[in-house]
Amino acid sequence: MSPDSAPAVQDSDQEPDLPAAHGPAPGLPALFLAFARMSLAGFGGVLVFARHAIVEQHRWMTADEFNETFALCHFLPGPNIVNLSMVFGARLRGIAGGIAAFAGLLLPPTVIMTLLAIIYARFGDVEVLRRILAGISCAAVGLLIAVVFRMITPLLKRMDVLALILMLGVFVAIGMLRLPLQAVLLVAIPVSIGVTFWMRRKVAA
Amino acid sequence: MNSEHPIWALISTFGLMSLFAVGGAAAAVPEMHRIAVEVHHWMTDKQFADAYAIAQLSPGPNVLIVTLIGYAVAGIPGALAATLAMCLPTALLAYYVSRLLNRPSQSRWPGLIQAALVPLSIGLMAASALILAQATDRTIAALLLTATVAVIAAVSRLNPLWLLLAGGVLGFAGIV
Repeated sequence: MSPDSAPAVQDSDQEPDLPAAHGPAPGLPALFLAFARMSLAGFGGVLVFARHAIVEQHRWMTADEFNETFALCHFLPGPNIVNLSMVFGARLRGIAGGIAAFAGLLLPPTVIMTLLAIIYARFGDVEVLRRILAGISCAAVGLLIAVVFRMITPLLKRMDVLALILMLGVFVAIGMLRLPLQAVLLVAIPVSIGVTFWMRRKVAA
Repeated sequence: MNSEHPIWALISTFGLMSLFAVGGAAAAVPEMHRIAVEVHHWMTDKQFADAYAIAQLSPGPNVLIVTLIGYAVAGIPGALAATLAMCLPTALLAYYVSRLLNRPSQSRWPGLIQAALVPLSIGLMAASALILAQATDRTIAALLLTATVAVIAAVSRLNPLWLLLAGGVLGFAGIV
């Protein structure tokens, strides 16, 4: 590991059965290539491939370090996996590493998407392509519904009524009443934090 | 600077949107639809649903639907501007926050805030699904396809690509 690498590695909390959890810190090209590869493999979501590459394949982070890093990126605004690329790269190689991972994650798929957009703009009126896309759209919505269902399952198992009410409130406000996102979140975030804080105090007391 | 220029409209729209996009790209889809279709008339309902399908079908983060919206507005410069505006500011914010929180597990606030955001982000995802279903499922057959895919994907570990492919085949055959 070179002296300029970020204060990334906390050896203290490592699991005892994984004494050599960290492989050598990668260089900038290796970071770029690793994130490009997981991005191009990631049909329908990159997270699974990102965890596999970072934790299991390259051993750049332990499972716990990965969980903490992803949790942080999840509750910050913006696309989770894009945030993760920047935070992860920066932990290993400073801001340059962050930019290398960020570019690796975004550059190849952006090029592919732009090519698809050009093809769509030229042939979007062709009836066959329209029909195929219509079928794919229906399936894509079905996949989204399934993801929502999987995410609700733990709330149902815990019978977390307040969380379910908050969830339903956001669904109605955005999905049915079509209120602007910012206004809804400006109300919902403080309410939800307040409710969670109050519930935890009640549990602790 | 001319605020009417489409590139600036893209940068300000998606830069602002990303700061409120809690819970990932799927949660921001209703807002993208509202801005792109209802406010700015950058795309039709149909074009937006197609862009969503192309984004699903392509590798990489699903947030890259903004690349397609940007391209529809202002070509390749628009595609780049929309992508960077949506991704870079929040990535830099995450970088600075992660540096500030050296040991996030010592405070209970990060965990508490994250727990509080979970139901909100699921609600947003559910709203995305409803809005896209309304734009997409205009026939009984289409609705049935969506419902079937939802059930199969919820109960099995089948690779999602197969379900997208099946949708494409049914669409090609003119069934949905």
